[in-house]
Amino acid sequence: MSNMRTLSFDAIIIGGGGSGLRAALELAKSGKKTAVLSKVFPTRSHTVSAQGGITCAIASADPNDDWRWHMYDTVKGGDYITDQDAAEYMCSEGPKAVFELEHMGLPFSRFDNGRIYQRPFGGQSKNFGEGGQAARTCAAADRTGHALLHTLYQNNLKNNTTFLNEWFAVDLVKNANGDVVGCIAMCIETGEVVHVKSKATVMATGGAGRIYASTTNALINTGDGIGMALRAGFPMQDMEMWQFHPTGIYGAGVLVTEGCRGEGGYLVNKDGERFMERYAPNAKDLAGRDVVARSMVMEILEGRGCGEKGDHVFLKLDHLGEEVLNKRLPGISELSKIFAHADPVKAPIPVVPTCHYMMGGIPTNVHGQAIMQDADGNDRIVNGLFACGEAACVSVHGANRLGGNSLLDLVVFGRAAGMFIESALNEGIDYLDASESDVEAAMKRMTRWNESTGGESVAALKTELQSIMQNSFGVFRQEDHMQEGVKKLADLRGRIGEAHLVDKSGAFNTARVEALELDNLMEVAEATAIAALERKESRGAHSRYDYPDRDDANWLKHSMYFPTEKRVGKRDVNFKPKTVDTFEPKVRTY
Amino acid sequence: MLQVSIYRYNPETDSAPYMQEYQLDTQGRDLMVLNVLEMLKAEDTTLAFRRSCREGVCGSDGMNMNGKNGLACITSLSDVVKDNKLVLRPLPGLPVVRDLVVDMGLFYKQYERIQPYLQNDEPAPAIERLQSPEDRDKLDGLYECILCACCSTSCPSFWWNPDKFVGPAGLLQSYRFLADSRDTATRERLSELEDPFSVFRCRGIMNCVAVCPKGLNPTRAIGKIRDMLLANAT
Repeated sequence: MSNMRTLSFDAIIIGGGGSGLRAALELAKSGKKTAVLSKVFPTRSHTVSAQGGITCAIASADPNDDWRWHMYDTVKGGDYITDQDAAEYMCSEGPKAVFELEHMGLPFSRFDNGRIYQRPFGGQSKNFGEGGQAARTCAAADRTGHALLHTLYQNNLKNNTTFLNEWFAVDLVKNANGDVVGCIAMCIETGEVVHVKSKATVMATGGAGRIYASTTNALINTGDGIGMALRAGFPMQDMEMWQFHPTGIYGAGVLVTEGCRGEGGYLVNKDGERFMERYAPNAKDLAGRDVVARSMVMEILEGRGCGEKGDHVFLKLDHLGEEVLNKRLPGISELSKIFAHADPVKAPIPVVPTCHYMMGGIPTNVHGQAIMQDADGNDRIVNGLFACGEAACVSVHGANRLGGNSLLDLVVFGRAAGMFIESALNEGIDYLDASESDVEAAMKRMTRWNESTGGESVAALKTELQSIMQNSFGVFRQEDHMQEGVKKLADLRGRIGEAHLVDKSGAFNTARVEALELDNLMEVAEATAIAALERKESRGAHSRYDYPDRDDANWLKHSMYFPTEKRVGKRDVNFKPKTVDTFEPKVRTY
Repeated sequence: MLQVSIYRYNPETDSAPYMQEYQLDTQGRDLMVLNVLEMLKAEDTTLAFRRSCREGVCGSDGMNMNGKNGLACITSLSDVVKDNKLVLRPLPGLPVVRDLVVDMGLFYKQYERIQPYLQNDEPAPAIERLQSPEDRDKLDGLYECILCACCSTSCPSFWWNPDKFVGPAGLLQSYRFLADSRDTATRERLSELEDPFSVFRCRGIMNCVAVCPKGLNPTRAIGKIRDMLLANAT
């Protein structure tokens, strides 16, 4: 190990998507020695694919809009396991964060009065659910994520952020006290492996939708931060909560935004019926995503699906007219033509619920500090480890995220983590250095792959993992299928541990990257499976045939998955916002 | 069987690049070129290429397909294949790191050179800066660039002077900020571009327009910058 190069930073941010770049911007301005380490050039991160917008009560479409209404929607949308202090923080700080983005140059679409354009999205209401549909999602046409990510990257350039682009973080380095003091990372271009020392390590590694066979997620979304944290022994929260987006393009999995329905589009079955009117008489197609996705699956299972196999439904947009489609949804029209061979001006888009978002992740407080539990089940801060964005579970999304809340989460909590780390560094952080054996421990799996001489191929094992997750942990779940899935995953873990990396070369070896990613997919899949089996109720995105009802007596809780014992525990949900009254759990209807 | 011919070069083992021949049974499906690459990589893991979003918005997988630059993930076989043959090469004009992966350093440097961020010397208001829909419309066709480098690496002027000519991608972004009603650095931006190379090496060949996977028009943006420079000079 002694010949390994060491890089030292005050803070290292792993991941160059929206949350990572927002945290980095805060730290770059502070003058702290910071670097963003990203396995792709930052603007290739998955934030770029976000379409519809960023939900926030900036009171543009409705001058009387109120962040408390947004908070209510968020808590209800999360089926009441949203932490209310975190939702309060996000919704009240949101306008500041969105205006900052605009000042940085984000090219938002505009209303005639020059203010930022806002469109209706699912699960949005005025006056705590009493005032009808709200229009609260700030948009740059249907390319909001692209505009946001590029704007943040540009402003990091302006502030001279250090980038380690096309570097892959392998594993966390912990010292003898269990504090996180850096990571092992590999330069993809050369294959060089280095020890990165840092006083603060921020997991901004995004989601892991690639555990499923059908997903809207980019090929890079392999849950690298979740994998690293689990291998380091840290718990994960609410990993059973995976959002299936109602409108993934049938066959391709590519997303078409909820903004399509926000602009007036709707779903129809093979009879041309607008079926959401039956499932959600008030909100209809703009009910929560979990509700819409389940309704679609019900239609398909009951024989009213479209196409030869009756395995999808149609998203109808032609009635909106060419002008609205060109102006408000130009990217969708493009994607639909390329991936569905359907021009939405004339024909409906074939869509199917598709894995989209991980509500769970590394449990954190509103400052991005990672949380674990002590032996008595009390929260304890993990020294040196932070998380923000999709990799984190603050939890503002609870059991089901509302559309447009992801981009807000990224900028609000990326910013919060950056601000907190800056002040912590000012106060002084001093952890014990990692010993040589601590560093060696973090090198273990890299060494394992490098020394492999035989075994199964990475690509085949990945396909198998994705098929297990798709079949046993989809929109609807039940005990026996999940038990079988857990058993198959245990077998798969053994085989992945003996799999073969054929190409041992150094320069831009993407086979090694994919092997390292497979380990992470395995960690995420197993945490998801075991947590899903344990939560014996239906709540938000977690829907079970065998336990169809919400069980507040036993499960108005976060699940906590402990990797070392593969055990699932519980953690209290926060019901104590600081400035508003608690939103008490109610029956959730739309 | 589709005949696929791919540019191969591994700096650790190859003294020179070569073309490797593959055969793939597409079972008659009209796959995207990226699907073809993924299928080949499942068999030959040494094949290196970049990819991320697989839907044409991240700009990772720009490459040269049967002689034309484009994104592998949104280019279908029926778009490019002729006589059942697909030839894949790295983007031209940039150093090759390995196989289809090029060193984008020069391309990014030219992007950074134009100061690709909004500059406004007035204090920010408590809410957003207002912008009329008409002024916002001026950014359409500019802000959508995904930095895939398909345009700049198809431009003979960029091949010749990649260190001095900003290139179509960088200039499109330059105009994106020049055209933004919220940006107040017009004079400074233009003065950085006055020399004979930065803008004026564009010869209007329009390869950039022909290949842009997002349908953008860098040549038009360059023309507008020229107009502004000339107006500024008189």
